[in-house]
Amino acid sequence: MTGKVKLATTSLAGCFGCHMSFLDLDERILPLLERVTFDRSPLTDVKHASACDVGLIEGGVCNEDNLHVLKEFRDQCRLLVSVGACAINGGLPAQRNQFDVSELLHTVYMAEPGLGRRALPDDVELPRLFDKVRPVHEFVRVDYFLPGCPPPADAFWAFLTALLDGREPTLPRGALRYD
Amino acid sequence: MSRPRFTLDGVPVEFDEGQTLIEAARAAHTYIPFLCAHPDFPAHGSCRVCTVLVNGRPMAACTTRAAAGLTVESQTPSLHADRQALVQMLLVEGNHFCPGCEKSGGCTLQTLGTDLGVTSAGFAHESPQRPVDASHPDLLLDFNRCILCELCVRASADVDHKHVFALSGRGLHKHLIVNAESGRLADTGMSVDDVAARVCPVGVILKKRVGFSTPIGQRPHDVAPPRTQVEGKEEP
Ligand code: SF4
Ligand code: SF4
Repeated sequence: MTGKVKLATTSLAGCFGCHMSFLDLDERILPLLERVTFDRSPLTDVKHASACDVGLIEGGVCNEDNLHVLKEFRDQCRLLVSVGACAINGGLPAQRNQFDVSELLHTVYMAEPGLGRRALPDDVELPRLFDKVRPVHEFVRVDYFLPGCPPPADAFWAFLTALLDGREPTLPRGALRYD
Repeated sequence: MSRPRFTLDGVPVEFDEGQTLIEAARAAHTYIPFLCAHPDFPAHGSCRVCTVLVNGRPMAACTTRAAAGLTVESQTPSLHADRQALVQMLLVEGNHFCPGCEKSGGCTLQTLGTDLGVTSAGFAHESPQRPVDASHPDLLLDFNRCILCELCVRASADVDHKHVFALSGRGLHKHLIVNAESGRLADTGMSVDDVAARVCPVGVILKKRVGFSTPIGQRPHDVAPPRTQVEGKEEP
């Protein structure tokens, strides 16, 4: 990969912790910006990706909207990178996979005190939940994985600089982690 | 008289009669990736991570006796890929969420995965439903992470003489069970001081009230991962 590359980032069922860790690149963002322009990203507030070279995706797939965003994002990105534990195996949101969704909704919105109106959220604008939270690679082809909860800034750095230099990315010791 | 030798990735390794390939390699400070092998217990040979080529044939290094003149290969691209796939299959077979696991940083499966460069489980997750057993006052059982190595079964039977654990079922249905009418750990003679309570290589049998007490950077495998323990070198 040579010249300035277009990079997009987005989050599905994640906590934006991976994006925060990306920002931990701190002053290394500046040399990165000389080689990269940001397209869709919470950092630019651009809502829809146009054709991009690399897409970083955080979070797993827990509802219809996640899947819609994921497919649109995949279509626009030449290389798709699953970033973080949630994108890679469902992570914390997938802890609900042990339970039945409707039982969960009833427990949270009907049985437990504290939410005032005892009714299931049914606004048509709310995306429907899937029965299980699933990782990104179970829906679309994923080209690279950057594990960690979140991946440390050094992992983002090693990965992106390798891609930009046209090398096969490898993560240095300590930067490849599952926690 | 000089000791007998075999070659491991082209390097001569001396051994004592009766030693397995992994034992001889370990004694020579050479790391063959492993998961279910434990120096204090006879080999189980179930995970196949330590598979090497012995005169060209794939054999588990933990169950194969060393013999003079053998040509053993361990660091080949194809064995590396097999080992990665074995780790990936174990990860999707259970529920492994390392960020919330007390064993993280001291888990043989996790460290093996990162050491082999496994970045994702790759396959579709089985997401089995396995409730935890928190009945025991001092110990927690999280069945979601069991790799069926049988170390706890053997430790409890052969060392603690309590027979608290067993593996039940076959193939995909194989799972760890607790030897009590109720199936609960609280209704067994298990004690926190048992060898079986500290032998699990992953995060199934856990001591209560000590989880996450060691800071990241100082946990067992942060300090000395299995590879370093075998090679006897300091972390760079
Ligand atoms: S047992 Fe090991 S691999 Fe599984 S969740 Fe715990 S630390 Fe991760
Ligand atoms: S509980 Fe731990 S020691 Fe026992 S069989 Fe499962 S992984 Fe092995």
